[in-house]
Amino acid sequence: MPERYYGIRHHGPGSARAVLRALEEQRPDILLVEGPPEADDLIAWAADDRLQPPVALLGYAADNPRRAAFWPFAVFSPEWQAIKWAVANGVPVRFFDLPFAHRLTSRKPTTNDHTPAEVPTLDSPAGREPAAPEAKPDRAGGDGSETNGPGGPAADSDPDGLDDDGPMPGPPAPELRPVDPIGELAAAAGYDDPERWWEDVVEHRQAPAFEAIEEAMTEVRAGALEDPYDLVREAHMRTVLRQVRRTHNEIAVVCGAWHVPALRAKVTAAHDAALLKGGKRRGKVRFTWVPWTYGRLASWQGYGAGVDSPGWYHHLFTTTDEVVPRWLVGAAGVLRDEGVDTSPAHVIEATRLAEALATMRGRPLAGLAEVTDASGAVLCEGDDLRLQLIGRKLVVGERLGEVPEGVPTVPLARDLEARQRAARLKPSALDRALDLDLRKDTDLARSHLLHQLRCLDVPWGEPEERRGSTGTFREEWALRWQPEFSIRLVEASGYGTTVVGAATAQVSAAAAKATTLAEVTALLETCLLADLPLARPAVLRALDARAAEDADVTHLMAAIPALARTVRYGDVRRSDVAAVAAVVKGLLARVYAALPPAASGLSDEAAAGLRDHIDAVHTAVALLGDDAERTRWLDTLTALTTRDDLHGLLAGRLTRLLHDAGRLSTRDAGLRLGRALTAGVPAATGAAWVEGFLAGGGLLLMHDDSLLSLVDDWLAAIPADAFTEVLPLLRRTFGTFATGERRGIGERVAGGGATRTATAVLDHDTAALSLPTLSALLGRRIE
Amino acid sequence: MTALRPHAEEFYAEELAALAADDDRPRPPGWRLSPQAVVTYLLGDGGKITPKYVGSRRLMEVAVATLATDRALLLLGVPGTAKTWVSEHLAAAISGDSTLLVQGTAGTPEEAIRYGWNYARLLAEGPSPAALVPSPVLRAMETGAIARVEELTRVPSDVQDALITILSEKTLPVPELNTEVQAQRGFNVIATANDRDRGVNELSSALRRRFNTVVLPVPATFDEEIDIVTRRVAQLGRSLDLPETTTALDEIRRVVTVFRELRDGQTDDARTKLKSPTGTMSTAEAISVVTNGMALAAHFGDGVLRAGDVASGIVGAVIKDPVSDRVVWREYLETVVRERPGWADFYRAARDA
Repeated sequence: MPERYYGIRHHGPGSARAVLRALEEQRPDILLVEGPPEADDLIAWAADDRLQPPVALLGYAADNPRRAAFWPFAVFSPEWQAIKWAVANGVPVRFFDLPFAHRLTSRKPTTNDHTPAEVPTLDSPAGREPAAPEAKPDRAGGDGSETNGPGGPAADSDPDGLDDDGPMPGPPAPELRPVDPIGELAAAAGYDDPERWWEDVVEHRQAPAFEAIEEAMTEVRAGALEDPYDLVREAHMRTVLRQVRRTHNEIAVVCGAWHVPALRAKVTAAHDAALLKGGKRRGKVRFTWVPWTYGRLASWQGYGAGVDSPGWYHHLFTTTDEVVPRWLVGAAGVLRDEGVDTSPAHVIEATRLAEALATMRGRPLAGLAEVTDASGAVLCEGDDLRLQLIGRKLVVGERLGEVPEGVPTVPLARDLEARQRAARLKPSALDRALDLDLRKDTDLARSHLLHQLRCLDVPWGEPEERRGSTGTFREEWALRWQPEFSIRLVEASGYGTTVVGAATAQVSAAAAKATTLAEVTALLETCLLADLPLARPAVLRALDARAAEDADVTHLMAAIPALARTVRYGDVRRSDVAAVAAVVKGLLARVYAALPPAASGLSDEAAAGLRDHIDAVHTAVALLGDDAERTRWLDTLTALTTRDDLHGLLAGRLTRLLHDAGRLSTRDAGLRLGRALTAGVPAATGAAWVEGFLAGGGLLLMHDDSLLSLVDDWLAAIPADAFTEVLPLLRRTFGTFATGERRGIGERVAGGGATRTATAVLDHDTAALSLPTLSALLGRRIE
Repeated sequence: MTALRPHAEEFYAEELAALAADDDRPRPPGWRLSPQAVVTYLLGDGGKITPKYVGSRRLMEVAVATLATDRALLLLGVPGTAKTWVSEHLAAAISGDSTLLVQGTAGTPEEAIRYGWNYARLLAEGPSPAALVPSPVLRAMETGAIARVEELTRVPSDVQDALITILSEKTLPVPELNTEVQAQRGFNVIATANDRDRGVNELSSALRRRFNTVVLPVPATFDEEIDIVTRRVAQLGRSLDLPETTTALDEIRRVVTVFRELRDGQTDDARTKLKSPTGTMSTAEAISVVTNGMALAAHFGDGVLRAGDVASGIVGAVIKDPVSDRVVWREYLETVVRERPGWADFYRAARDA
């Protein structure tokens, strides 16, 4: 037979073995692999032992690296094994899928309307790993699509996750998608899980019948809707096949099982040419090898070709005998490394259980489901955390690929170069100071870029402390480019192909991992500083989540003022802050609920701390300018003051706040003041009460007539014999006032309202302090 | 039958007989049914066989496979996840006898696991097999049946360890008579334990190693939980002969929603994070809240289950710790319930309760 088709399952270890065996037997003189032909030049790297899978071919449009797609290969990918075999045996290899450039251009019209969506979608290939759970709803469609298997691994055999959209965020679930062919085959065989069917029928049998699968695929395809894009790709594949037939005799074709029937079909060259005519425009694309990880291979949300268990497949591919015991011994090793005692007896029992389960479930060999169940019941003793550990370390695996030096660069680096040019900011190994005026567009862009790079752990610029005279619109940086930044860029390229995208993914990931409210609040600030609006939803969600979990109401209260200021004044960077307002309200709602219980049984220090927080939130609520919130806040405070067990400091402070807000009449406030200083109240409590009430120092008493008269009237109303009792308490508070303040208060009281002008006590030392500021404001020297 | 609650093997005798009649797969020695049939008995077949356990098939398969490989089974879970229920039905299906039961308490003596003596006889006749009082475990060994140990972690550690020899050697020495009792084929032990309570006697690792552990989770999905609650509420209502009430599915949904949300620490739409109360918020509690509400509605109300009937029950289930849980509940009411469309009546009822 001059040519043979190997319809494989992308990332299927059984397929990989079978393909190797078949190639040995057939000894073709050319190998065609489903994949982007522009990457043909990179195939040679496969011979280099320093190129260690998992690796991915990364393709991107030269003029717009955001349009990118990955073709990952693991050691157990049939395509990878086929390529390795061919390179080792000196057999020429060609990728024969539709060129990536064709895909970029041909789909352009349909995606233009989606351009706004591009950034999140396109940057996600790597970013999705951290951001995936949240990102799923809005990204499911585009996501899977850009991560193509080697030849859209699995993408094709599993057309619903599909590669075919390429990097474009196509509309999710186009109606023409064929149904999941593997799913149909598996359902026909009585399996509810297609993966298990593949495992049983193909992976676990040493000899997968390529012919049988092809036959089955033909049946499935006959009953399924065709994706027009698949048809174009297959037309291209057939066209390449025709060319190759002219020059080669023994041809081996490795492609997704889905395509085999179409490749075998008798179709005329003219028909294919007609199909291909529409998309002849070609953009310039670049390809490179990038390191990949098993984690990323497993975590592609909505990507049909992703495999859940790369580590298990790796094990299946590299282990030839005693698959189950070896795996369980490995699992026991993982647990022992974590300090969990796991004896060989555990492994023996787990192996027995796995085999019993396989028998019970009627499977030829224990599969991943069985070993996982057995590990859970025996090795992990039902502990879910340990099982997750095995899942992370073993089932998914932590393997990271390697790419040798000399492979062309990553798009993130290219994007950075473009940004640097646009911002007219050249990397230099020498220290350089940069003074930015954020009111200017160029400078604002520079600031954004530097902040974004800091998110990526590329601290090209370090912010300098602002010097005295600069305003909030000034920012000073010290710039220094260091060689290792290039490496960090390559690492960060896993998060996205552009600086903005990668920083967004990085910040979102950090937000998801953050454990304290303060961390998240800092991240929110980073979002504003680095202008990462797309990271903001994730950060706000994290903020909300941390706020819900944080049992300490003071943490919540501490977060509010800064947010409220942002809501009220925005910032000089012209960020949009509407979403922040919603978060502030959420935080406030939690504070309303949690404040009352938090206010009891406080020590003096804790009460002082809480008082500061209450003051800050009070100011923040006023800043919001939302009457409903203000009412609810004051309601909360009012409810608090009715409690007897409240710390004196707080009781005094709250009375004052409510009085100032008009919630308490002057008379009521006076009553409470009087009550706090009666014999029934311990002296210390009374003193604290007065301190809380008069917080702000004597200066307020000097200038607030109603407050002064309130205190004055109350003082005057104290009977003479009780006065001696109260006096020490008052001294404690008044004694803390500055001498000038005390004198001022005395003069005001002595002189009454009429002497108001005369009470202006001039403290020359203090006044002198303000002169430099005044000089600066007025622009001339004042002595 | 006048028993308040018949044993599983009596109540479901017909189902067991039907399964045994159709069962042509190999049965492990001493088993009444094949492992596959046991799983079918537990999960139902969508027809004659009613589901006893609503949940993951994989878990039940692991449990049954464990027993089939002659390993003891430890069912672990928070209270109210049907541990005892599953163990009873496993014993009924495998050995046709779910009565060989040791209830573990802090006062469980070693005699309850090994054997005791009939002292009158011991004094009259001296040590003899006739004077020996076998424990349920010993009887299970002799007859090749499943013994059940409830709440194993409450049993004092030294008593727990009496199980080690039984489980590893499958034999129980009786030094007083210079003999031993060897377990017959089909013998096995199912233990249940609660992993939520503190202050329990953790199993020694030697004992732990002899069990395969299956953790019964809280119901995975909303619909699954609704299914469990309505099914059990209907059964309970029948067996308690409650007057007919209109079982308002809406009200049940509401109860289940509250329980799930508080248990998971987030709302069902995953938009809002919540604090979880200290209680377990188990399905069993949800069932009792609804049953209780139905009793209220039937005896004191108009026979229709309303928000008010379940509200006080829910509050009681949520607030186990008077301080911290009250905050959790108030926060939940104010941030979630208050704004949820159609829940105004429940909000009012819950606030007043």
